[in-house]
Parts: sequence; C-alpha cells; structure tokens
Amino acid sequence: MAPLFKSKPTPPHGEPFVWLGAMGLAVGVIMVAGLFILILSNGLSVFWPARVVEFKLKDGSIVAGEIVREQVQAGGAKELQIHTGNKDVYGLAYRFVAETDIVSRSEPPGYLMVGRIEYGNAILQPVSLVLGDGTTVKADATTFDDRLQSLVKEAAARRRQIEKVEKVEIGAINRKMTASDVELRALERDSKLDAEHREKRKLAIKNSTATLQKEYETLAAQARDLRAAQNRDFLNYRLATGEERKESAGNLMMFYHPNSLGFFGRVEIFFSRIWEFLTEQPREANTEGGIFPAIFGTFVMTLMMCVLVTPFGVIAAIYLREYAKQGLIVRAVRISVNNLAGVPSIVFGVFGLGFFVYTLGAAVDQQLFSDALPTPTFGTGGIFWASLTLALLTLPVIIVATEEALVAVPRGIREAALAAGASKWQTIQRVVLPSATPGILTGVVLAMARGAGEVAPLMLVGVVKLAPSLPLDTVAPFFHLDRKFMHLGFHIYDLGFQSPDSDAAKPMVFATALLLILLVIVMNLAAILLRNRLRKRYAIGTF
Amino acid sequence: MSDEATASPITGVFTLNPRMIEVRDFSFWYGAKQAIFNVAMNIPERKVTAFIGPSGCGKSTLLRNLNRMNDLIDGVRHEGDILLDGQSLYDPSVEVISLRKRVGMVFQKSNPFPKSIYENVVFSLRVAGRNKRSELDEVVETSLRHVALWDEVKDRLHESAYGLSGGQMQRLCIARAIANRPQILLMDEPCSALDPIATLKIEELMSQLKEEYTIVIVTHNMQQARRIADDTAYFLLGKLIEHAPTSDIFTNPQRIETERYISGQMG
Ligand SMILES: Nc1ncnc2c1ncn2[C@@H]1O[C@H](COP(=O)(O)OP(=O)(O)OP(=O)(O)O)[C@@H](O)[C@H]1O
Ligand SMILES: [Mg+2]
Repeated sequence: MAPLFKSKPTPPHGEPFVWLGAMGLAVGVIMVAGLFILILSNGLSVFWPARVVEFKLKDGSIVAGEIVREQVQAGGAKELQIHTGNKDVYGLAYRFVAETDIVSRSEPPGYLMVGRIEYGNAILQPVSLVLGDGTTVKADATTFDDRLQSLVKEAAARRRQIEKVEKVEIGAINRKMTASDVELRALERDSKLDAEHREKRKLAIKNSTATLQKEYETLAAQARDLRAAQNRDFLNYRLATGEERKESAGNLMMFYHPNSLGFFGRVEIFFSRIWEFLTEQPREANTEGGIFPAIFGTFVMTLMMCVLVTPFGVIAAIYLREYAKQGLIVRAVRISVNNLAGVPSIVFGVFGLGFFVYTLGAAVDQQLFSDALPTPTFGTGGIFWASLTLALLTLPVIIVATEEALVAVPRGIREAALAAGASKWQTIQRVVLPSATPGILTGVVLAMARGAGEVAPLMLVGVVKLAPSLPLDTVAPFFHLDRKFMHLGFHIYDLGFQSPDSDAAKPMVFATALLLILLVIVMNLAAILLRNRLRKRYAIGTF
Repeated sequence: MSDEATASPITGVFTLNPRMIEVRDFSFWYGAKQAIFNVAMNIPERKVTAFIGPSGCGKSTLLRNLNRMNDLIDGVRHEGDILLDGQSLYDPSVEVISLRKRVGMVFQKSNPFPKSIYENVVFSLRVAGRNKRSELDEVVETSLRHVALWDEVKDRLHESAYGLSGGQMQRLCIARAIANRPQILLMDEPCSALDPIATLKIEELMSQLKEEYTIVIVTHNMQQARRIADDTAYFLLGKLIEHAPTSDIFTNPQRIETERYISGQMG
C-alpha cells in the first residue's frame, strides 16, 4: 500500500527567510547591546576609585597614579595610561608609560587621593596641616584624618556661603541696578515728560541706586572675608617626584586613601561621585565636576519641544486627514511633509537661526525689549528658539503618526457618533481623538527620541559650552525662554572634540553619553507607560 | 413602558400614522453602480418593519438612507424622495444632525465608544449640550433597564465599555441609540453576532420598544422576522419585491420570488 504521507517531508517554504530575519534581528540586538555595555562599563568605571600604583622608571623617576588602561602599540610594545592627577604641576592629568621603561611597581599605603575645586584631582602623600591659628598637625598623627575631614567640611560650608552671597544676594542687587538703569534711559528718551517731573524721578532713582551701592559694598566685603578664610589653612604634601607643595584648604573637596580603602568604602565613594556628577556644575573646562545644567537643559528643551510640536502636528494631521478634500494638493502636501523628515538637521538649524533668531527674535526685541537694546534678549539663540527649531524638525514625525492613528480608528465608531447626532468636530474631538491617542503618543515618543539626540541645529540656535544659569529658576519670571542652555549631546561633542586635554575628558564623554541614553530611555519609558495605560482603556474589544 | 413622565411628545399622538416614513420612487447610486431601483413603500409608526432579502440586495443601503448616513460616502447620488412625517429628508432646510437625533441607529457590529459605560449611554445627550447630572443619571438607568443591562453593569458604570462581552456591548449600543428617545430606531442585523439567549433578550426588547418607537430592522433570520416583525419587506437586487404584514408574507406570499426565498430555495 502506498504511504499516505511522504516519509521525508519537504522543508516548508519560507524557512530560510525566517532564519535570515532572525539573524538580522540578532545582529541588531547584539550591536545595540554591545554599544550599551561599552558605554555602560566605560561610563561607570570613571566613578570607581581605583588603587594608586607607584612606578619606578628606568630613568630613575617615580610616577604614581591610577592605571586607566593598557594598550598595545603598533610595534607590539605595551603602554600604560596612568591618571597622575596634579594637573597644576604636570600640565596634564594623564600620561603614557611604556611597559619596558618600568623597573618596579608597588602600592604604598600612604597615598591620598584629593578632589580639588581647581586643577582636578591630586595624588599625593600628606605631610602636615598648617592651621590658621599656627598649630601644625603632622600626617602621622592619629587625628590627622579627622582634622582634614573637618577642614574639608568647613570649606564646603564657606563655599556655599560665598555662592549665596555672590550669586543670589549680589545678583539681586545687580538686577535692581540694571532695572533702574533702564528706567533712567527710558526717562531720558520720554519727551512727553515735563522737566520738573523728570528731575524728581531721576533723583529718586539716584537715591535708591546709592543705597543699593552701599548694600553691595557690605556684601562684597562679606564675600572677601569668606574668601580670605578659605585660604587660612593649608595642607602640605609631597608628590611622587619628591617635590613639596601646599594647597589651601578652601580648594579641597574630598579625599580618600585609595590603597587602604575597603570594598564598601569604595562603593560609597563610587556613589558619592555619581551623585556629584549628576548634581554639580561643571568645572575645569567641563572636564571635572558634574553636568547637572546639561541634564536639566536637555530635559527642559525636549519637554518644551514636545509641548510645542504635539498640538501643531496633531491639528495639521486632523486637517489633512479629516477636513481637507483628498486630492492632488493634499497628496502633494503629504509627500512634502514626509520629505521634510529627510532634510538634514543642520538645515533646520540654519533656518532657526535665520528665521526664528534673526527675524522673529529681532522683531520681539524691537517691540518688547527695546530698552535693553543693543543687547539682544530674544534676538540671540536661546532655549525657546532651540525648542522651536527642534519642534519643526520633529513635526513630520508627529503628523505622520497622527494620520496613521486617525486612519486606524474604526469606521464603526465614527458612524455611531454621527448617527447619535454628533457634528463632525464633536465626533473627532470626543470619539476619534481619544481612540487615536495611543498612536499619537507613539509619534511623540519617536519625536522625543529624535529631538533629544539632535546636536547640530542646536549649535546654531542657543546651546553653549557653559551656561551661567539654568533656564528655570526662582527669579521672576521663573521660566527664562531667552536663556542659553547646556545640552548633553553638545556636551559630548565639546568634551570629546573641543577639549584641550582630550584624555582627561574621555571618561566624562562616556559618562555623559551614558546619561544621555538613560535620559532618553527614561523620557520614552514615561511616554510609553502613559500610552499603555491609555491603550488599555481604549483598546478595541472584539467578540 | 415604566415611565410615562419622560415620554417624548411623539408618543402623545395616539392615532397611528401608517405613513410615518414614506419612500417615494427612490433610487440610489454608489458612483456608477445603482444599488436601489425605484423603491416605494410606507413604514408605519410604532410597528416593527423587517427588511429581508439575499446579501447585497440593498437592505442596508436603504436603511442607511433613512438617517442619511450614506451622505458620508463619496460619489453617491439619489433620485426620488424619502419623507419623514411628510417632510422630505433631502429638503435643503433639513439639518442632518437634528434628523439623526430623531432617528437612532444600531449597527451590525457593536461599536461602543472608547469611553465608560456611562459616557457611552449619555453620548447623544452630551453632544446635544444636555449635561445636567440628574438627568443623565436617570437616562442611564432607564436606558440600561430597557435593554436589560442595568443589573449586569450598575456597579461598573464608570469602567470602560470595552470590558463588556459582545452581547452586552450590542445591548449597550441599543441603549445608546434610545437614550435621547428618538422616534425611529434603525437596526442593521443587530443580532447577527449574538448567541440565542442574547438574541432573545433583544427581541423581547424590541417588542417592548415598539410601543414607543418605530423600528426598522434588517435581518437574515426568517424566524426572527416572523417572531418580531409586524410588517416585512422583501428585497431582491435593489428592488422591493413584496411588502405586507408578516403573517401574509410567510403564509401566503404573492410573488414567486418571495416564496422561493422564504422557503429556503434561494439566498
Ligand atoms: N460604500 C459602497 N460603495 C460602493 N458600493 C456599495 C457600498 N456599499 C454597498 N455597496 C453595494 O451596494 C449593494 C447593496 O449593498 P447593501 O450593503 O445595501 O446590501 P445588503 O442588502 O445590506 O447586504 P447584506 O445582507 O450582505 O448586508 C451591493 O451590491 C454592494 O456591493
Ligand atoms: Mg447589510
């Protein structure tokens, strides 16, 4: 009897394509994961406190520092990159040592790693503390660490004090002075005012300026005293080279014993460094300190971009899809919008600079801020123009996503709404848009991802290397749309390619890249969670 | 009816109007394709009229013309006229929105809105600008009681309508259609996706509702037409073949096509 089935089944069609697809996906996932792991390990290792190794070299000199990495050179010779710190003495914080030059290595326990406000880290052997009252504490005294710790704390407290006096209090006086200056100039220009009245106003302004000036002087004296106190106590220390130096206590931020620290001590320092990185201002041409302003700037700009682009995009898509007569013109508009997504972002930057900043911004200055001219307020790059430029850049994403979402709304519920006596707009507003919201949010997620990673256009319309103040603060009107801002993406570019000491900056580049990725992930996750919640609510049930 | 107090003024007219909907020599085209050929019929008030006929014969098309839902489709065209209480639906002075407020519609596939059960029911009131809480609460309860859904959902009125079963959704859609008390209820195969028990519930509902509403129902189920319809109209290829009281159509059809269809020899 003939068998009912062939004993050897022919391979099903399409199998190779399934394999191909799976392989493609696997390659993609591996590449993304690899990139992420590279950035993660490089970015996080920056914060881990390594041991300090002392090298004796062939030429008799001694080098001490943390080993950053080993690299093999073209000839096969090995080379160590060492973080030596002490930029003030050595010129650079990193140096390369050929392995063949090394005579011996050791990890002596006496080394101290000291974080400083200026010139970055110092790797040193403490000698003594010389206090302002004349007493000296030798490094081998048991109280040495405690005394140094309390000095560091006092210095930090004074630093905060100085910042408060100089930035907040003197800043407030400066703002008042500028305001009276502007008023004075306006008085001069106002021809309708009679002379007597004008003189009276002028006198009043002069008087108030004088009191402000007095206040300023007392505050300035206060700040001077604080600064002097920062230089009262000193730490004497010796470098690996044997050179003796001293550092005023006010410049110290933290210290630890890298070679006698336990695991938990290291973990503690690891996290405190991460915290510093997240919350502090940058120092030393951005190679030291934290990047809080850049995180904040990126966050605010991305959020503002979303707030600007979403309503515009959604309204445009509603018109295109629901109201416009579907024909040649609408099709042309749709194609143009899609092509807009392919325009290089720098072109948007140029447009933003030319139109928003130089045209709109200048006009706004003429109308509203003419008193401050010739200093531009909105007539120069700022966070608002940057957000607007990026909003324009991401507009096609939102329009396309919204159109797709509108098309996907089942015909049945539109008809049901119309049959219930709703007008077209009521139908769109009450039934169609809620059903389309998850799809629109998908567009917002994509737009956000695109906008947050964009750097080129921002360089033209408001990003700076170092912004003196945040776009959001406690001084009225709280939201300073005209301010320049810092951005993580630009920070990466600036550190990695514009920095005088690129070796010193490299760890920061990785850490910043890691942070940018995390920020985008967090913002996207928030939008996705929102979308999933809505989707649960608006999911179309089937029988 | 449980509450005469809220009855619409229409029900106050107690003489039956045998020509509440008057279809006059009506033809209809989708682009170049003619779907309805010179149909003329009167649909009486407060009765159930069933449209039967093989698939594609134009039942839905005619039904959807009764509240001008076909206006939404591009390239349609009609000849003849449809009158509601003697007034032409196609009169330029007729506002489509107010027409649709008088003519409720239930679709073949249930189509609740992405909103709570409560908001689904009161949708037609809300779009008409009626937002008084007490009125809405009352409408929700009476409408849901009408469709025998109240006891099943009264504890989760503010949950999403998509949590309901298919049959419950369809009953919700009926409740939504009768919430603002239209005069006429158009139903396009409302039971085609329901199990026999849910179907029975909806049929009971229709025989209750016809005391107050004029009902036009499209159905493929002969038994259903027999059980609930007062009048039945048989369509074939866009033409009205026979329109008579249901008992006559099923026991004593005048036309041979009708007889073949209802005896199952065709369709
Ligand atoms: N939107 C449309 N565009 C073009 N032709 C249509 C459209 N809707 C229906 N038709 C055509 O009109 C004719 C009548 O369709 P209709 O939907 O009224 O049939 P029906 O009797 O309701 O059928 P069924 O019982 O299958 O629902 C069919 O030939 C159909 O192909
Ligand atoms: Mg149909």
